Amino acid sequence: MNIVVCIKQVPDSAATVVAEGGQASWGDAPLVMNPWDEYAVETALLQYEAYGGDVTVISVGAEGATEAIKSALAMGCTQAYLVSDPELAAADSRVIAHVLAAAIKKVGDVDLALFGKQAIDSDMGVTAPQTARILGWPVLSLVSVVQELNPDDGTIKVERSIEEGRQVVESKLPAVVTVSKDIADPRYPSFMGIRKAARADIPVWTLADLEVDVPDPLVRWPEVVNPPVREITNEIISGASPDEIAESLADKIIGEKVL
Amino acid sequence: MDFALNDEHRMVQQMVRDFAQKEVAPTIKEYDRAHDMAPFVLPRMGELGILGINIPVRYGGQGMDYISLGLACEELEAVDSTLRVVMSVHMGLNSMGLLQWGTEEQKQRFLVPQARGDRVACYGLTEPGAGSDVAGMNSTARRDGDEYVINGEKMWISLATKAHHCMWIARTNPDVDPHEGLSAFQVELDRPGVTRGDIKGKMGVRAGSTGWIAMQDVRIPVENRIGKEGEGFRIAMSCLDNGRYTVAAGATGLIRASLEASVRYANERQAFGRVIGKLQLIQAKIADMVESYDAARLLYLRAGWMKNQGLRNTRETSIAKWFATDGSFEAASEAVQVHGAYGYSDEYDVERYLRNSKGAVIYEGTNEIHRLIQAGYALGYRKDTPLRKELPAYDPEFWQE
Repeated sequence: MNIVVCIKQVPDSAATVVAEGGQASWGDAPLVMNPWDEYAVETALLQYEAYGGDVTVISVGAEGATEAIKSALAMGCTQAYLVSDPELAAADSRVIAHVLAAAIKKVGDVDLALFGKQAIDSDMGVTAPQTARILGWPVLSLVSVVQELNPDDGTIKVERSIEEGRQVVESKLPAVVTVSKDIADPRYPSFMGIRKAARADIPVWTLADLEVDVPDPLVRWPEVVNPPVREITNEIISGASPDEIAESLADKIIGEKVL
Repeated sequence: MDFALNDEHRMVQQMVRDFAQKEVAPTIKEYDRAHDMAPFVLPRMGELGILGINIPVRYGGQGMDYISLGLACEELEAVDSTLRVVMSVHMGLNSMGLLQWGTEEQKQRFLVPQARGDRVACYGLTEPGAGSDVAGMNSTARRDGDEYVINGEKMWISLATKAHHCMWIARTNPDVDPHEGLSAFQVELDRPGVTRGDIKGKMGVRAGSTGWIAMQDVRIPVENRIGKEGEGFRIAMSCLDNGRYTVAAGATGLIRASLEASVRYANERQAFGRVIGKLQLIQAKIADMVESYDAARLLYLRAGWMKNQGLRNTRETSIAKWFATDGSFEAASEAVQVHGAYGYSDEYDVERYLRNSKGAVIYEGTNEIHRLIQAGYALGYRKDTPLRKELPAYDPEFWQE
């Protein structure tokens, strides 16, 4: 089983992200693996443990931005590549999808490309389906259970968690799969994995290495602004009896259209 | 001089932080209130390899260095002191003692299962009537053929009712200077004649096990003696060099937890029309905690670095323990003050931090003892003499082979 996991490096979810100069800023908070992608890594490792093969991590990012990749290696992934190129500085999700599709092709003979359901920084959840479209592969999104995986027949059967309930879907491989957090709790890196990852030399692929011409980005983020500060006022409601206070409170709640 | 942690250290720190924050923090208040140790803590720490973090792979451990041990302790105590206490006794006082002083046969028999987390270890030095005055202990071990017969009682023993093994210090020769008349033994706690129990009513570390162990005519084979007969005092003191290191690192984590809780609260709580973080007297408390954290961290990392290099670190570990534990008590106390009346209730974590911080000022050498140690070195009254066996320097090849 040859599995690729696409991961994104994002600001730590504990970081305070604010808009500064029209752009998002998280100060000197560390960059970590997108938490949703941890579920994709776990899914890949479970299939790897069942069927063997390779689990390859691919991430697009600045040169040297290998923290998230090393975390995935420490969890047990077998190899990793960082795609880094100055031309990608203003990439949108479509551009990234072209890059990831080219990287998946370069890895070669891939059965399954796994993604987290979205990234916590941009929260769009479109990179995986865009990558699938470029590859011409089916996409199974919001997967919560991998019911069957048959490498010999080249089929996969999954359960999707959607608002209306659960949906069982079968597909041919290769396929792109995005996973939700119901699928399995991500494991912690093992100490042995940490040692291996710390010493790992992560190969860097440029766009030239991938032999891909990426399109110009269609989407820009010209300005990021902080949400407006809400004015909060306090009012103590008094009355002669608890009933009177409750009635007065109910009037206020209805008057303010809270209910 | 390189102050940077390497990738290995950063990942160890993150992994232990994730475990403590995700698995222990959500329920720690319940166990603290119930004076009970969460049953999953020891098995989970064993399963994740934390109980053998810095023991060589050949002895069942994970092969990380001594700095990794310190970083793990900082993360553990940032959630609750009871987690770090496990490392202090199981790893610092017992397993590292075996690594330093044990024979190859003893390492295979005791250290391997301990490092794997299959067996939990504790350390029996303090007695009901002998704390700082180690040489005044009453516990005895009498040689009888190929066995020793142990009698005595130990008090304030962390993991007393949870551990499988105890490194027990006892008097083997009453006729010589007490410093030359003690010996160390690794005792399996399921032997006939061993009784033990938990101590109730503690101020802090309530989600941990602290107790007493009594031995009445407990027979152990000579092969369970660690080091030579009469070497017990030196072994006990060298074990403290390792236990105190974990205490220092953990207390540093407690300073950080107090600081983070205070910063969070100071940026939320409003008084006099603004958040209290804008008030200079609150800022002073925050600044003191920052100062304390930075200095405590540098002190314990220096001791960890010296252990990695194989350098004797009795003085450096002592000052790290003294500074960090005083600092954690002050930081926790000021964190309660920053939280005002809310800090006085267990709705917030800081009252638990304060209760937990006091113990470390007392155990593993009271901070009065550490003052005397530092003065002794400065005045030239105290010098470290080479030990027959030193704690081995961290050698990645040997550790990970």
